[in-house]
Amino acid sequence: MSKEKFDYFINGEKGKYEVVIGLEVHAQVLSNSKLFSGSSTKFGADPNKQVSLIDSAFPGMLPVINEECVKQAVRTGLGLNAKINNYSVFDRKNYFYADLPQGYQISQYKNPIVGEGKVLLDMPYGSKEIGIERLHLEQDAGKSIHDMDPSSTYVDLNRSGIALMEIVSKPHLRSPDEVNAYIKKLRTIMRYLGTCDGNMQEGSLRADVNVSVRKVGDKNFGTRCEIKNVNSIKFMQMAIEYEANRQVELLENGKEIDQETRLFDTKKNETRSMRSKEDAHDYRYFPDPDLLPLKLEQKLIDDLKKSLPELPDNKKERFIQEYGLNSYEANVLVSEKEISDYYEEVAKLSDKKLAATWMMGDLFAMLNDKGLNISNSPISAENFAELIQSIKSGEISGRIAKEVFEIMVESGDNPKKIIESKGMKQQSDPKELEKMINEILSKNKDKVDQYKAGKEKLFGFFVGQVMKLSGGKANPQMTNEILKKLLKV
Amino acid sequence: MSNITNQSLSEILKSIKSKKISSLELTQAYIKNIENAKKLNAFVTTTFDQALENAKKFDNKQNNEQLLSGVPLAVKDLFCTQNVKTTAGSNILNNFVPSYESTVTKNLWNNGAFLLGKLNCDEFAMGSSNETSFFGNVINPIGDHLVPGGSSGGSSSALAADLTPATIGTDTGGSIRQPASFTGTVGLKPTYGLCSRWGIVAFASSLDQAGPMTKTVNDCSIMLEAMSGFDEKDSTSINKKKELYSKNLKDNIKGLKIGIPKEYRVDNMPKEIDELWEKGKKILKDLGAQLIDISLPHTKYALPTYYIVAPAEASSNLARYDGVRYGYRSQKGKDLIEMYENTRSEGFGDEVKRRILIGTYVLSSGYYDAYYLKAQKVRQLIKKDFDDSFTKVDAILTPSTPSSAFKIGEKTNDPVSMYLNDIFTVPVNLAGLPALSLPAGLDKKGYPLGLQLIGKALDEQKILNIGYAFEKNCGYNNEIKKWWS
Repeated sequence: MSKEKFDYFINGEKGKYEVVIGLEVHAQVLSNSKLFSGSSTKFGADPNKQVSLIDSAFPGMLPVINEECVKQAVRTGLGLNAKINNYSVFDRKNYFYADLPQGYQISQYKNPIVGEGKVLLDMPYGSKEIGIERLHLEQDAGKSIHDMDPSSTYVDLNRSGIALMEIVSKPHLRSPDEVNAYIKKLRTIMRYLGTCDGNMQEGSLRADVNVSVRKVGDKNFGTRCEIKNVNSIKFMQMAIEYEANRQVELLENGKEIDQETRLFDTKKNETRSMRSKEDAHDYRYFPDPDLLPLKLEQKLIDDLKKSLPELPDNKKERFIQEYGLNSYEANVLVSEKEISDYYEEVAKLSDKKLAATWMMGDLFAMLNDKGLNISNSPISAENFAELIQSIKSGEISGRIAKEVFEIMVESGDNPKKIIESKGMKQQSDPKELEKMINEILSKNKDKVDQYKAGKEKLFGFFVGQVMKLSGGKANPQMTNEILKKLLKV
Repeated sequence: MSNITNQSLSEILKSIKSKKISSLELTQAYIKNIENAKKLNAFVTTTFDQALENAKKFDNKQNNEQLLSGVPLAVKDLFCTQNVKTTAGSNILNNFVPSYESTVTKNLWNNGAFLLGKLNCDEFAMGSSNETSFFGNVINPIGDHLVPGGSSGGSSSALAADLTPATIGTDTGGSIRQPASFTGTVGLKPTYGLCSRWGIVAFASSLDQAGPMTKTVNDCSIMLEAMSGFDEKDSTSINKKKELYSKNLKDNIKGLKIGIPKEYRVDNMPKEIDELWEKGKKILKDLGAQLIDISLPHTKYALPTYYIVAPAEASSNLARYDGVRYGYRSQKGKDLIEMYENTRSEGFGDEVKRRILIGTYVLSSGYYDAYYLKAQKVRQLIKKDFDDSFTKVDAILTPSTPSSAFKIGEKTNDPVSMYLNDIFTVPVNLAGLPALSLPAGLDKKGYPLGLQLIGKALDEQKILNIGYAFEKNCGYNNEIKKWWS
């Protein structure tokens, strides 16, 4: 594959601008109960059915840390090649809102549980390292519903107190494509680790997007704007695109950019000012006196490290080494843990390279068409491997294989059985083939003469006749060889 | 049974066990006292029907195995009590009925006691005179013009007036010890983390601690034993084996070293306090204890430190009272912000507002380092002073308060002079230590004065023992004329 060059710049009259992006990703921790209470975290329950006295901040209620959430954060930190802090502190972030029952969010401010780390992106122009500033644990807020009643707001506290990991990147991202790759990579890592399901529709993964622009070559960052709570990659990309252009336009017109918090309006495809720096909340952070500092023993961290599954970057390397895949193929096949598991199962039983080609081609196309994913594929890895083997051994041709594949999708049947019962086996017996070809040649003496007289493109006509007579089952390679032999002058 | 209610808790328990009196008779006697003492305004809520029911249940199936068998108890209205209104002395919780029971009260009930009623207190425990309560000020049984101390003023008043055989309060900066001192009763603030904070309306989380208020040191040890214990629902609760304070109570203090901190002799302290302190030293010395002069050099910073840390935490702890989910909600206001503003303006009293403002200010960006962070550093120094001293002494003796009970209204317009009342009690909260206030004498007006014994962390048994020995030799007798009935 030829390496493309990075090319995401905004051209203004006064120069070429680079876009600088940093993300604060809020990933919901996969855990059965909330960060500081025993309430369930299951998605989709009726409003206010998963709310304890702690989540709704009744008088005298106290938070108790959920150990599993702490472990999940550590696992994620390890997956991001980050420093795990043995000492971290929970702070209160104070502000009033109807869906924030305590009047403060318990978060980590000065001492997060995870420090600096990094994430590798595979871009068409090569691999790029994105720095992670920190990861901290915090509580989610509830949900305010403004459109159910003309004069009141309804509040659903089911989400209140659910554990989130806020993963803060360094300002290393430079384009919507890199943002796409970054979010997907984070998501993949967390899904491998089982620390976040990455389900953006259900709000398990959201991001605040920090955008600034500067002229190419400038050392200093421009003034940034923060776009709050964007919940899909597409919207993130659209918001960045809009926001970067808005900022360039301001600069081009000699205006200044105000540091502010903005909202992305998905209907109008634009960002809008939410509050300026002057109006920014003073959150009055201070250590939560209800919780002791979180002290992690090194042994716990080491044990979690030992129990980590193989992560996508390592698996990719292994796929290249072990299965002879190229970087692109390996990348696609490790993008989801389930896909990589499926591939490995197939590769164990069949040709590794051919399996990769067929998975990334026909199998993915079919799953995509049917809106399925690999875990509920109608073709089992075992059957798929058998199909690949039938192609490899020459039992069926690639063309017949496509037919067999279709039948497998519909019936879920084993390919051997299909080939057998439908008589789709390739004709590879040289004697039979020679007999068939002689028959065709004797029926078409005139064409044979013309061919021998130099009209070589008639060769294709003879191949066509063989295929027609064999019902497409003649082994194409052998057909070619025998035809050449018999047509020799 | 004549006058069972002026006996100590341990005497009452003996009478119950030996069936000299039934739980029902006992309960009825207290109810009668309470009904005759409405002038004191010690109760916010009474639960007489429920108490009588529980007393009958006890009498029908008497179980003497428990520490508090068959005893009715009134508790400070800061403890959440299941299905019984819990106000924290505030309008904002005027209608709040918890669906849950605080761990500490549950411990009392599990030990055989039952609820008699909820006692008045300063609003959200913020006050030193019980004058900030939404339900009106409480009167000290010592005299109709006197405050009972605060914030556990309803508790001290009810106890001294024989309206409950013992009670519990909470102590954030002296709220158990100062009212005990003002009413001639015993009050203990345990080590931070010894009693669970779960289900107690929070004032300042890193300082709040529940503790017993009783007529005698022995009663105090019984109550502490019943109410304390590890609670996994409170992350700051200390996980340790339960101690048998009452069983292990001893009056032999020979050879113990008692520290006398020079910094507790403050300017303008009444001569009587000084004399009381001297009297205390002499009693302990006569009992065989050794007096040692010590220094707690950062004591003078304790009060300002406390009045930064406590309001800071309070400003955040009280943010939940917003009218959205429970408690008082103003009907005025056209949007969320106005609803908040009106609810909190109408729901909170002046002292609470003052502390929320102070707390908000000291946590604000630009001021945090100068106030809150500095205060936390000073707090460590104060703690270290104590740690250093406790390498040399077993306990520390100080006065409990710089004065006896003051007049109602005397300090309400002078918050700083009100705050100064906590000067001897707040260092202990900042250091998380246990301290016992003991009635030790009277001033020339005849008002009670208390002495304070400060112990090492988790050394409650030792200060109880010293207090027990002191009590036997002090000759203090809290004769209160029942002028109200």
